[in-house]
Amino acid sequence: MSNLLDIENLRVTFPTRQGDFQAVRDISFSLGQERLGIVGESGSGKSMTGRAILRLIRPPGQIQADRMNLNGKNLLEMSHKQMQSVRGQEISMVMQDPKFSLNPVMRISDQIIEIYRFHTGASHKAAYAKALEMLEAVSIRDPERVMKSYPHEMSGGMGQRIMIAMMLVTEPQILIADEPTSALDVSVQTQVLSIIDRLVRERGMGLIFISHDLNLVASFCDRVLIMYAGRIVETCDAKKLHEATHPYTRGLLGSLPRLDDPQPRLDALQRDPAWRDAPSVSGLL
Amino acid sequence: MSQISINNLNVWFGEHEERVDAVKGASINVESGASFGLVGESGSGKSTILRALVGLVPTWSGSMAVGEFELGSKRPRNFYKDVQMVFQDPYASLHPRHSVDQVLGETLSLHGFKDIDNRIKKLLDDVGLGPTFRFRYPHQLSGGQRQRVAIARALAPEPSVLLLDEPTSALDVSVQAEVLNLLADLREEHKLTYLMVSHNLAVVAHMCDATAVMQNGEIVEVLNVQDMRAMNPNHPYTRHLLESAAGYNPTEIQSA
Repeated sequence: MSNLLDIENLRVTFPTRQGDFQAVRDISFSLGQERLGIVGESGSGKSMTGRAILRLIRPPGQIQADRMNLNGKNLLEMSHKQMQSVRGQEISMVMQDPKFSLNPVMRISDQIIEIYRFHTGASHKAAYAKALEMLEAVSIRDPERVMKSYPHEMSGGMGQRIMIAMMLVTEPQILIADEPTSALDVSVQTQVLSIIDRLVRERGMGLIFISHDLNLVASFCDRVLIMYAGRIVETCDAKKLHEATHPYTRGLLGSLPRLDDPQPRLDALQRDPAWRDAPSVSGLL
Repeated sequence: MSQISINNLNVWFGEHEERVDAVKGASINVESGASFGLVGESGSGKSTILRALVGLVPTWSGSMAVGEFELGSKRPRNFYKDVQMVFQDPYASLHPRHSVDQVLGETLSLHGFKDIDNRIKKLLDDVGLGPTFRFRYPHQLSGGQRQRVAIARALAPEPSVLLLDEPTSALDVSVQAEVLNLLADLREEHKLTYLMVSHNLAVVAHMCDATAVMQNGEIVEVLNVQDMRAMNPNHPYTRHLLESAAGYNPTEIQSA
């Protein structure tokens, strides 16, 4: 099985008055038909990695990499026009909060139809049918009514499911989900995850799941990259995340309060400056 | 003696056909020095109970008492000295153009304290921020440091009750651990009573002796921490919350 995505020495740089700031520093990883989790604290560069893959970093920010291949094509050498056809069609992204990623003054139907027609050039009628079918696929009851609604009429969980429907309507090969359930309640979270899980399985997609929730990633993904200060400090099998060896990962796990293992005090994470300078671990397959 | 007692509390918003009942017949008793949790999904009314308690929502019925204060539509000035609140998002709850010194100084002078200078030093020390943080502005602080300032502000009038509205949900897990440890230490040191709202059951189990589970504005169950750890709830909704807290489990959805 070939990899969907191969990334070597990816680096994201922002020039500042104090010199260049590197948000992502020389990380390498690949994605097969799997659920790959990226975890880390805020500021560790996990979201920047997701955005860099779609070249969604605004200037003056810069993306550099030795190789950033999608099915053998180098994403960095593509023109803006070619990137347009990659975004949404081959790689899609679901952001954290549906409130900010849906257009508030457009009906749901128009938003889904727009993206589908843009990428496939299908007729309005065919696009409408496809949009209805996608809303059904994400377990939305009464899709006809939802199609006519505006985003503010939807709850958070519904909004996120609509986002997922919109992102998957073009049947991309890769879905990048950036904290897709952080804004949702636990009960709704399980529902949204099971929808992503089912669609990824059925369509043989690759999923990059960005999250700060270690327990969630351990139970949902196949493989995990742990990021700290723009580098990958450890990679492991998701099922074995709780046996991780790097002191940073151990520290994160130790700072979580646990239902089954009460502690009088939580272990606060002691940061070691050496972690920052240690070379990135390769996440290549 | 119970420090907080709420009996048959109803809170509503809007009038006539627009009326929404946010809290329906809730009753809670929290002993002095105890820590009590409120969990439930968004919209279940858990934060509304806190807001009604401090007087941020005028439309309520039932009876509420905190310590010696029987609460009516108006509250005496020293009620606000005794009951303080910490909000969810430290990015939103601190004034962006007020330095830490101004934030704490204003609270202290409003409550009529005299030795403000020493008190500010003491407060910063209490929440684990050194004197170097005194003249900083919120944008110069990290999320955890800001939440510490918000906690210092709540402690300034020397309250006996702290109302915590999701105090750590905007923070990273490593910072969350530091803030939870701080809150536990402060409770012991100042003999505080906590009423804590959270959607994270593990956090509530860590901090609280007992918790009320809310759904659609009603308290469906009051659970002590032993039962929570033993995964021994009575209500199906509580069971669902406990199972969701353990992570993603595909088999559970198929059965649900």
